[in-house]
Amino acid sequence: MAVIVDEDTRLVVQGITGYQGTYHSKAMMEFGTNVVAGVTPGKGGQEVHGVPVFDTVEEAVERTGANASCVFVPAPFTKGAVLEAIDAGVGTVVTVTEHVPIHDAVHFVAVAKAKGVVLIGPNCPGLASPGLAKIGILPNKIFKKGDVGVVSRSGTLTYEIVNAMTEDGLGQSTCVGIGGDRVPGMGFVDALKLFQEDDETKRIVLVGEIGGTAEEEAAEFITENITKPVVAYVAGRTAPPGKRMGHAGAIIARGRGTAESKIKALEAAGVKFAPLPADVPGLVRA
Amino acid sequence: MKLFEYKAKELMRRYGIPVPEGFVVSSPDQIDHLPGPVMVKAQVLIGGRGKAGGIKPADSVEEARKVASAILGMDIRGYTTKEVLVEKRIAVDKEIYLGVTVDRSRKSVLIMASAAGGVDIESVPEDKVLMAHLDPLIGYQPYIGRRVAKAVGLAGPQAAQMESICHRLCELVTKEDAELAEINPLVVTEDGEVIAGDGKVTIDSDALFRHKEYQELKEDLTPLEEKAKKLDIAFVQLDGNIGVIANGAGLTMATLDSLNMFDGKAGVFLDLGGTDDPEKVKQAMLLMEEADPKVILVNIFGGITKCDTVAAGLLEAMDEKSVEVPIIARIKGVNEEHARDMLKNAGIIPASGLSEAAELAAKESLR
Repeated sequence: MAVIVDEDTRLVVQGITGYQGTYHSKAMMEFGTNVVAGVTPGKGGQEVHGVPVFDTVEEAVERTGANASCVFVPAPFTKGAVLEAIDAGVGTVVTVTEHVPIHDAVHFVAVAKAKGVVLIGPNCPGLASPGLAKIGILPNKIFKKGDVGVVSRSGTLTYEIVNAMTEDGLGQSTCVGIGGDRVPGMGFVDALKLFQEDDETKRIVLVGEIGGTAEEEAAEFITENITKPVVAYVAGRTAPPGKRMGHAGAIIARGRGTAESKIKALEAAGVKFAPLPADVPGLVRA
Repeated sequence: MKLFEYKAKELMRRYGIPVPEGFVVSSPDQIDHLPGPVMVKAQVLIGGRGKAGGIKPADSVEEARKVASAILGMDIRGYTTKEVLVEKRIAVDKEIYLGVTVDRSRKSVLIMASAAGGVDIESVPEDKVLMAHLDPLIGYQPYIGRRVAKAVGLAGPQAAQMESICHRLCELVTKEDAELAEINPLVVTEDGEVIAGDGKVTIDSDALFRHKEYQELKEDLTPLEEKAKKLDIAFVQLDGNIGVIANGAGLTMATLDSLNMFDGKAGVFLDLGGTDDPEKVKQAMLLMEEADPKVILVNIFGGITKCDTVAAGLLEAMDEKSVEVPIIARIKGVNEEHARDMLKNAGIIPASGLSEAAELAAKESLR
């Protein structure tokens, strides 16, 4: 077993005819994902890598039984695409697109929650269950099947840490990149809950970064609900306050969201803290 | 994107929020009439203007010109005053705080209000600030505004005015894609009017595609920041001497943390984000050269960004301009073997792990 994405995933790719959509559909298929449909308005009837393209998600679901969606459409159209997927009855929506307006995210995150849809992103790399399937843009080669559940707010930093684990012989059950946006769908707590319930996941790695209070909330949840060992790395200990470190979420504003506060909260919850990404595998083994 | 006070107030006026009569000028001789006794206010995107001498009263055109010429050009905490707002003075009875923002952890719009206005809201004790969240599926409703009015101690016609201002400010925030709209102080005048004494609005830069009017506004950027913005590269100036080029905010921060472990300090970092264009990498490298670091550390974990794309960009940049400082490159991920071959004879110091790369760069920077 793994969480959210597995051999039963039937994926529709929204924006499949675009450059990223086409490229990553192929990579997902190579990873083992059952990509059953693509959607691009006006391009119904075409095929991409042998996958049929439809004009609407509704049609894709009706014709192929798709139960999950990966959204690659540009930011101005992302809200519409996510709501279309939810309306069509898709149970899991992974939104890769970055630079989605914050009020759009507030709206579709609330709709997903009300409808009981698992929404990951926006601005996320997606998730992968090695040996089974992946949804998103995570590089195929870094993974290895195993028992560590990984949840991360970062993209490339996730690859860095997963790669270090794999090189060390530590495999993953599922790796969930929840993304670094200000208003994300799935949060640390949702992913931790799934990992706690998943038999195949024996240990957990949490990758956080400065900004917001998601790590502090995760620490609180871990104290009360998680019995599996957790290792954490939090990026940005040396980042100065008030500077936006690359993307929207990563900023220490008004004295909140510092690495110190996050590390303190996580350590108090019994989490082992890794000073650098390279220290993660050793601590997972310990 | 932060708006100047006068822009924020223009917006508030457009949404029906009462603001004092006034106009903005960039030179004293543009003042030829007054709406009555006025305040002349420096237009800078930083707090603490009053204390710095950037807000002064005036009672005649002549006096207003004199005050304006003193404030124009004034340096306020690093920001040069280029414009002043000449605004009708209001007789203050009470000062209230009202702000609308997006609460990240509750994933909803949040109204904050306090009877203790006119001071930094961060310094007001939490139990004196009302936090009212808007359920995104319900949105603003009049009962929320009534709750706010009650919490700040207003009754009768002033409570009705407050409810209306709350409504309009929430409408402004959602329709204009603002991350923050703040009125501090919201003034109750001696005549019992409720009116915006100050105005602060930050527009979500990710939403500029649907707000043409803000795209034309200029931000206060340094020349290098300006260039980086045009290239869609995140550029952050820090105070060390190592130039870092990486992809992704998390990896960039992990690179800085790793440098710090070996006593290296980053001076500037460029976050390429996801790119598959060698030209962008080349431009980033040339930009980095301009920032004049002592050593350059390139740390890429390729996913969307392919390693050979990065290598091609680096080589093109080095062809165009000889880079004098040592370059350390650690490039992992999609097509890394090809990238390594390409860079073999380019005089770049290779590193395989992040810690190794950080140690090499730190050593070079301390040399």
